[in-house]
Amino acid sequence: MCGDPTDRRSFLRQVAGAAAGGVAAGLLPSCVGERLRDLPRDEARRRLARLEAETRARFGREVTLSAQEAQPGVVFGYALDLSRCIGCRRCVYACVEENNQSREPQIHWIKVLAMDKRRGIDLVHADAYYNPPAVPEDGRFYVPVQCQQCDNAPCTKVCPVRATWQEPDGIVVVDYDWCIGCRYCMAACPYGARHFNWSEPGLRAAELNPALHYLGNRPRPMGVVEKCTFCIQRTRQGRYPACVEACPVGARKFGNLLDPGSEVRYVIEHKRVLILKEELNTMPKFFYFYGT
Amino acid sequence: MRLLAVLALVSCSTAGETPPWHSPEGPADPDPTLAAMPPATERTEVPPPPFSEGIFPCSQCHSRAPANTKRRELTFHREIVLAHDEGHRWCLDCHDPDDRDKLRLASGERVAFEESFRLCGQCHGDKYRDWRAGVHGRRSGEWSGHKTYLLCAHCHNPHRPGFHPGFRGEGPPGREPVIPMPPPVRPGRR
Ligand code: HEC
Ligand code: HEC
Ligand code: HEC
Ligand code: HEC
Repeated sequence: MCGDPTDRRSFLRQVAGAAAGGVAAGLLPSCVGERLRDLPRDEARRRLARLEAETRARFGREVTLSAQEAQPGVVFGYALDLSRCIGCRRCVYACVEENNQSREPQIHWIKVLAMDKRRGIDLVHADAYYNPPAVPEDGRFYVPVQCQQCDNAPCTKVCPVRATWQEPDGIVVVDYDWCIGCRYCMAACPYGARHFNWSEPGLRAAELNPALHYLGNRPRPMGVVEKCTFCIQRTRQGRYPACVEACPVGARKFGNLLDPGSEVRYVIEHKRVLILKEELNTMPKFFYFYGT
Repeated sequence: MRLLAVLALVSCSTAGETPPWHSPEGPADPDPTLAAMPPATERTEVPPPPFSEGIFPCSQCHSRAPANTKRRELTFHREIVLAHDEGHRWCLDCHDPDDRDKLRLASGERVAFEESFRLCGQCHGDKYRDWRAGVHGRRSGEWSGHKTYLLCAHCHNPHRPGFHPGFRGEGPPGREPVIPMPPPVRPGRR
């Protein structure tokens, strides 16, 4: 029972109930197990293989499940050109498909906020539900928001079980098998970038993107939190995130912050750059800029 | 912390020297900034120019007729209406009169359609620089390796760049209105 993460969650529930009886203390250490990252390599490999087989069986499709690690010398950064974005939401749906988000109930990792040009960046009056016949609308501009991959991330600090952390390449990840669904991280995130699976995610076999990463787009169970991972399954293989490729106006830029020749570095060095809620000192690795 | 280090690095490098491409105004070709182009081997790949079907090679018709350099109403290519600084410009400022399969720079140099960005770069040096850095326009492929990027002409019709009718190639922009994808479902409403 202890090897299975779902059992671990129900086990924890039982423990909570039984705690009064004083039974818990002796049971806990042997049954709580370990996060994938804490396991010895061969054991981690076995667990991955098992998960891969389970996913294959569940969807009836060939899948690959990787746990590829961060490349040394790489810290990912993102830059988004506010003077180009037209609010078309192509990125939102490219992300859903790439990252196997639940279709029903709907989960979107990217939210595009329409704002009034006269007000400037004003999150309070932003409109995420705009639906005109055509974009861009007169007098409005658009601010897509997703996980800002903070260097000083409030979300990882509040996790009581250390199920979420920042990787060496700067990506903030969640181990879905370790998350207990308490949603403290969602409360801590100032960007609304974390999403909870209130029910079993609705993802049909035909919709599944079979190139999976353990810390990224593999199908999630009910009751866990998920978020943008800069498309960890793509970017750790050197590719651009799906949202970058999908943007018709080329507003989205991605690369290695430690590489002086990267697009993100060019943006930081040559453009007017801004950070969302800078005053919170979250130190995002997601930058907004004006490319004009 | 790491990021702070990056930013610190960034700010000293901009404060210090003048960027190498900072040159006085004027045509950018022959182009001192071309030196900053990545070496040919890792040169980014460009998808084919977005020609209408059957139009290329232009020489299939033009090799037979001598060029007529006079500004006039054309009896052919009627779909082309110049709206790009047209008061100062005519077809043969961009198209080579003697080799119609090529474009022509202000210097007289002939340039293939695959490199039309050099033509645009003569007058839009700022955008050209950003484009070469991968910041204006769009790259796809690998952030760390092989990339493809779109030509200016994939997103801007060279003949009326501000208002792109139909947008050949992939994606929309110009100022052509785009139909947005559906908004998210409001919480609590299924
Ligand atoms: C600002 C420079 C410029 C001017 C001025 C210009 N062109 Fe072009 N033209 C181009 C470029 C660049 C392309 C290549 C577009 C592409 O890559 O598909 C092109 C493409 C074409 C094509 C192929 C179009 C197609 O459907 O694929 C024709 C025909 C053409 N031009 C004719 C003309 C004529 C006629 C004029 C004058 C009325 C003219 N051009 C003026 C730059 C120019
Ligand atoms: C099917 C034959 C045909 C093809 C293919 C064709 N053209 Fe033409 N083009 C013509 C004709 C005919 C004229 C002359 C129209 C007139 O004089 O009213 C012309 C005129 C022009 C002119 C005006 C200047 C001049 O020489 O008269 C330009 C510029 C031009 N073409 C560019 C192009 C380019 C660039 C291409 C290839 C992308 C191209 N054409 C392909 C038939 C063609
Ligand atoms: C000889 C100089 C020259 C060349 C070459 C040139 N342009 Fe322009 N372009 C201009 C001028 C001047 C304007 C502003 C006047 C206008 O919009 O008509 C302009 C405007 C534009 C605009 C903005 C239009 C708008 O309405 O906001 C775009 C986009 C553009 N050019 C793209 C291109 C592209 C793409 C090319 C290469 C195929 C190109 N230009 C080649 C001079 C040039
Ligand atoms: C991925 C598509 C894409 C490519 C490729 C691209 N542009 Fe643009 N460009 C845009 C968009 C989107 C705008 C904003 C259009 C608008 O506001 O009307 C723009 C605006 C411009 C403008 C108007 C500047 C302004 O501030 O309004 C110029 C000039 C221009 N581009 C030149 C170029 C040149 C030159 C190239 C090639 C070196 C190029 N573009 C390549 C998408 C592109």
